[in-house]
Amino acid sequence: MTFSLNTLANPSRFLSFAGAVIPWLTALTVILLAIGLYQAFFVAPVDYQQGDTVRIMYIHVPAAWVGMGCYALIAIAALGTLIWRHPLADVAAKTAAPIGAAFTLVILVTGSLWGKPMWGTYWVWDARLTSLLVLFLLYLGLIALWQSIEDPGRAGRAAAILALVGAINLPIIKFSVDWWNTLHQPASVFRIDGPTIDPSLLTPLFVMGAAFFALFILLHLIAMRAEILRRRVRVLQQTQVAQAALS
Amino acid sequence: MTAALALLRRDIALAFREGGAIGVALGFYLVVVAIAPFGLGPDLNLLGRVAPGLLWIALLLAALLSADRIFHNDYEDGSLDILTMGPLPLAVVAASKSLAHWVTTCVPLALLAPVLGLLLNLPIDTIPLLVLAMLVGTPAVSFIAGIGASLTLGLRRSGLLLALLVLPLYVPVLIFGVSTISAAVTGPGSPWPPFLMLCAISLASMVLAPLAAAAALRTSFS
Repeated sequence: MTFSLNTLANPSRFLSFAGAVIPWLTALTVILLAIGLYQAFFVAPVDYQQGDTVRIMYIHVPAAWVGMGCYALIAIAALGTLIWRHPLADVAAKTAAPIGAAFTLVILVTGSLWGKPMWGTYWVWDARLTSLLVLFLLYLGLIALWQSIEDPGRAGRAAAILALVGAINLPIIKFSVDWWNTLHQPASVFRIDGPTIDPSLLTPLFVMGAAFFALFILLHLIAMRAEILRRRVRVLQQTQVAQAALS
Repeated sequence: MTAALALLRRDIALAFREGGAIGVALGFYLVVVAIAPFGLGPDLNLLGRVAPGLLWIALLLAALLSADRIFHNDYEDGSLDILTMGPLPLAVVAASKSLAHWVTTCVPLALLAPVLGLLLNLPIDTIPLLVLAMLVGTPAVSFIAGIGASLTLGLRRSGLLLALLVLPLYVPVLIFGVSTISAAVTGPGSPWPPFLMLCAISLASMVLAPLAAAAALRTSFS
């Protein structure tokens, strides 16, 4: 049997796939989180300037990867909804939005908790913080649009258009906010000349990154499964009502 | 082309004859700017410094006030159905309706801005630049509002939802619009680089936004 995304397009097959994967993924997430958190809080050395507050980074940076990756996933799913009418793309995008919003909120909260001892203030209107805040607002807009449209088909397509408009706008917003103000440190992990962080800090960071991605996929699978089941219940209720009306 | 022009002329005539809409937006703009000094204090130096941002934010809010009307009336009375089935591409319909919103809402707001600028102690010699920047930047406001209006067409509380969807997308317009005028008022640097960015954003949204709005209109009919 060839295994591809098209195989999973059938919701029933997706449900059995999700049912098989979720227990293993739960175990993987718990193990990765345990190792990552232990390393981050007990093994990783203390920064000579930042002290123990550097440990916030192990939550903050992986959450940032996931929070932004999630928007990319929504944008790709939006293409799937609009171009191929892929039946699960809409479900994937709808269920990813609240999770992405939650991770983005984690970025903002941990960032401001770190900012208080380091920068002396909880919030600065710096370029990166501001563009992440805008990302959070875009997530809220997407969720609000889904909540406001009753017909799931129309809601999915409308939200897909909004997600793509947002995806085109995000780089422009990022660029214009950079023009406007810059205080956040430049990227230090993914650089052409190699990371500027010491390996003793980097290893826990990558373990936490893997743990957060596993957590995201796990939450997303569970949410997608719940959404598919919710839609089936809705269809069953509608047919029941229709049958009751006929008889 | 003639069909698009006829549609534009019809929308502008309707907006003017309907009455109220333009006056309400202008009144809202005046009120928002007028209550700002009560919140910020009457210090003219402070007001002069925040004037560019205040004028732009109030303009965005005033323009959004009528944005959910862009397609609403035609949706209610069914003329949008006919336009969807007609020979005119839906993107052209969306573009001409957004343009009508610009002519009937954003242009009057931009023309009122000099008076409000004087109230806020904006230096007189920067006022022509203020009007120019607003006239050049507001097409982006109207066309992006067109996307929001088509997405929220026929929904409950569409006006509020529209503002939530669209305001984050206005960040670049706001940044470059304000920094054009701020550069002229306080410096440093020339006002022209942000001004050109503002032109670029307006031109790009005039091309791209009607496509998104047309796609969104199709979802509300299928």
